[in-house]
Amino acid sequence: MKLSEVRDLLQAEVIVGHEKLDIEVKTAFGADLMSDVLAFAKSGSMLITGLTNTQVVRIANVLDIAAIILVRGKKPPQETVALAKELHIPILATKYILFETAGRLYAHGIVGCLEKVESGSERI
Amino acid sequence: MDIKTIVEKLNLQLRSAADRLNSSVTGGYTGDLLSDVMANSHAGDIWITRQVHQNIVAVATLKEHAGIVLVNACEPAKDTLEKAIAENVPIMVSDLPAFELSARIFNLLREKE
Amino acid sequence: MNLAVNASEHSDKYSFEIEGGNFNAAGTVSTRLKSILKQMGLPDDVVRKSAIVSYEAEINIVSYATKGTIQFSVNPESVVIDVWDEGPGIPDIELAMQPGYSTANQQIREMGFGAGMGLYNIKTYSDQFDIHSEVNKGTHLKMVIHRNSDKK
Repeated sequence: MKLSEVRDLLQAEVIVGHEKLDIEVKTAFGADLMSDVLAFAKSGSMLITGLTNTQVVRIANVLDIAAIILVRGKKPPQETVALAKELHIPILATKYILFETAGRLYAHGIVGCLEKVESGSERI
Repeated sequence: MDIKTIVEKLNLQLRSAADRLNSSVTGGYTGDLLSDVMANSHAGDIWITRQVHQNIVAVATLKEHAGIVLVNACEPAKDTLEKAIAENVPIMVSDLPAFELSARIFNLLREKE
Repeated sequence: MNLAVNASEHSDKYSFEIEGGNFNAAGTVSTRLKSILKQMGLPDDVVRKSAIVSYEAEINIVSYATKGTIQFSVNPESVVIDVWDEGPGIPDIELAMQPGYSTANQQIREMGFGAGMGLYNIKTYSDQFDIHSEVNKGTHLKMVIHRNSDKK
C-alpha cells in the first residue's frame, strides 16, 4: 500500500515526508529496542516504534527504512525532525498504540519482515 | 478470550503459570520500554515484548497483565523464569516478530467482539 | 551539529573521533560512512553491512567508553573497519559476545539500547571479526566486509 494509505488507516499526522506519500510499503517491523531492528528489519520496511530520539532516524538511515511510524501519540522533538528531513526519512505519528497499529496494518495486507540472521550469510 | 485460546491459536510455548491459562485477556500492549509499559498498559492486557530480564515480571504483576509473550523466540532469563513461577505470571514464547504477533492477537480479540 | 566528529581523509582511509556519552552525536559517523561507501558505488549489501557494524560499534563507544575512533578503508576485496576505544574494557569477551548479555544501565535501556545484541550483531554481519580488550584500558574491534557479492 502507499504511505498515504498508511496515513489514512492510522489517522496519522505526517511530520516529515509529505513529498514521499506515494511510496509503496509492504512490510513492517515493530520495536522499541534498536538492536533488534538492526538485527532483523529489512530495508524498505516501515519501522513502528514509540522511540522518538534521533537514533531512530540514524538506524532508519543505516537500514534504508522506508518510513518511521511513531505510535502512542508521541511527537518527535525538534532534533529528530531536523535529522529526518536532512536524511529524507518520512515520519508519521499516530495516536494508536503499537499493538493496534500492527493489527490495523496487518488486516490491510502489511506483513512482518523478520529474517533470522545466519552467520556469514548473504541474507542482505 | 482466555490465554489458553491465544496459546493454541498462535502456537505459543508456555513457560510458567499453567494454572492461569483460564485468565481473561481483555487487550494487548506491545512495547519494550518499561516506563512506557508502566504508564500506558492496562490490567488484563497481554504484554508483547522482547525484554527478557526479571524486571518484566514486576511490571506484569504491578499492572495486572494477563501474561507476557516474548517474541523473536526470546527465552526468559533464568531469574526471570524463577520469578515468574514464584509470582504465578504466565510467560509465553513465540517465534514470530512483534509486529505479526501483535497484529494476530489484536485481530483475534477483535473478531470476538 | 557534528561536533564530535573529526574526519580526516587520507587517500581512501577515513578516520573519525567519537566522544563517549554523547548520544546526540551518536550515529553521525555511521551515516557518513554509509554515504561515502555509497558514493564509491559499492553494492547495497556491502554498504548496509558496513553501516550496521559501524553503527553498533559507535553506539558501544558512546554507551560505555570515554572516547573512541572509527577508521575505515576500502580495497578491491573488502571494506575494513577498525574501532578503538579508551574505556573500561571487556573482562570476559565470550560472555559479552552472547546475545542478550548486557551491562547497560537503565538510562541506556530507556533510549532503546542495551539489549545485549551489539557485539553479536557485529560478528554476524562481518565476514571477519576480531576483538581484543584490556580491562581499564579499552577495546579494539576489526571488521572486514567482503566485496565479492555478485548481487546488488
